[in-house]
Amino acid sequence: MAEHVLSVDDLRRILSEAAGADDEATGLDADALDTTFEDLGYDSLALMETASRIEREYAIKLDESVLADAETPRALLVLINEQLSARVA
Amino acid sequence: MSTATVVTGIGVAAPNGLGADDFWAATCVGRNGIGRLTRFDPAGYPAVLAGEVPGFVAGDHLSGRMLPQTDHMTRLALVVGDWALADAGVVPAEPPSFDMGVITASSAGGYEFGERELRNMWRKGGQYVSAYQSFAWFYAVNSGQLSIRNGMRGPSGVLISDQAGSLDAIGQARRQIRKGTRLVLSGAVDSSLCSWGWVAHLASDRLSTSDDPDRAYLPFDPGAAGHVAGEGGALLILEDAGSARERGARIYGEIAGYGASFDPRPGSGRPPALARAITLALADAGMAATDVDVVFADAAAVPELDRIEADAITEVFGPRGVAVTAPKTMTGRLSAGAAALDVATALLSIRDSVIPPTTNVTLAPEYELDLVTGTPRPSPVRAAVVLARGHGGFNSAVVVRAAGCALGPLSPHWTLEKGTTDHG
Repeated sequence: MAEHVLSVDDLRRILSEAAGADDEATGLDADALDTTFEDLGYDSLALMETASRIEREYAIKLDESVLADAETPRALLVLINEQLSARVA
Repeated sequence: MSTATVVTGIGVAAPNGLGADDFWAATCVGRNGIGRLTRFDPAGYPAVLAGEVPGFVAGDHLSGRMLPQTDHMTRLALVVGDWALADAGVVPAEPPSFDMGVITASSAGGYEFGERELRNMWRKGGQYVSAYQSFAWFYAVNSGQLSIRNGMRGPSGVLISDQAGSLDAIGQARRQIRKGTRLVLSGAVDSSLCSWGWVAHLASDRLSTSDDPDRAYLPFDPGAAGHVAGEGGALLILEDAGSARERGARIYGEIAGYGASFDPRPGSGRPPALARAITLALADAGMAATDVDVVFADAAAVPELDRIEADAITEVFGPRGVAVTAPKTMTGRLSAGAAALDVATALLSIRDSVIPPTTNVTLAPEYELDLVTGTPRPSPVRAAVVLARGHGGFNSAVVVRAAGCALGPLSPHWTLEKGTTDHG
């Protein structure tokens, strides 16, 4: 709880808990970080579930625009971490 | 001009066998799939027995991505659907997606999933409810997931009429094929063996409270005292006969007739309507009662309902006028899945010229039925009637007949040919 940074590893784990993982490519490697969620096979419900888990775990309420704006894992990390650091500040 | 609807693929998950081959082998030797519930602890509930599908590990068959968004019954259905397609020799990516539909039945939706998420809501709060709750517990979820998985975008839907549902689904699939859809994945795989679902089953007042798997579900027996609930069912590949012939598919048989009726309001004094469903189905098939070799009974195992069914069969076929069987004595009643499994069983009976037995039952003398009990009965089966009744008054009947009877002047070898890979 109350972590202040969402790391790539955290996001990978939460995505997997939320929407499941394929046997092979469970990792968010450098390429995947900049691949759209759609191309990675995560649909809107998978992202809703992911956001819900992040909210619970990090005790934040994500802005509604986050899911619409973040098309890739890297963009999602940036938006969430901006919100987390804004809260700390 | 109506085209014939034929069955070219069968997938099964049943309490006495996972996969059509296992199920059929078990059914022909009378192997019982009923046992004490293991999916939750039934101690404290009046009924403790169920028919659970054995040996199903979802992760062995489905990608990890499917698991968070699926109830147990949907996982079973997706795998059974894969088996049915493979059995039919259909590669779902090949035919045009709008030429293929999915029409299934359901009795309760994804109950176990719903129970878990409602528990999360009440114990932890709304933010702990899975986003997939938005569809995973819906009645239509199996049709939807089968459609997505296999790229089937033709006419699709779900029928909700309790245990009669999968016959109604098959009837609807046949209607769509007559209107021009080439192939429909139809039938039902159902399950609600969670503690919440169990309370719903108990509310019917029709569950047997016996704890002896061999004495709990005894339709048409003097000891009939309710049924055992089970899970599973069958999915079938229904095809336009011409299209199936064109691709050289192996044909199990034809869905030759369908009829449905609804019982009058209790206390109305009017007679039950089951016999009418049978005569409608026979008329739809253009067949006489004497053309039928076996009836797969609904087999409620509630004396009053057994009496109504025995009377209906006797009214249409005459006293001991047709072989009757209820292999569901080995599985329990599978809610929406039951009748689809009986249709699959009827097709396998046609293929192998054998009528599987009603197990554990000694026929009560008041029923004038030729009930096949104890051991399977070798017999040519050219046509079978499958009956199903749903709680609240649903009655449905399907006539299944051997393909050779239906398809007119074809090569005599055609129906026995194994499907080729030439999809033309």
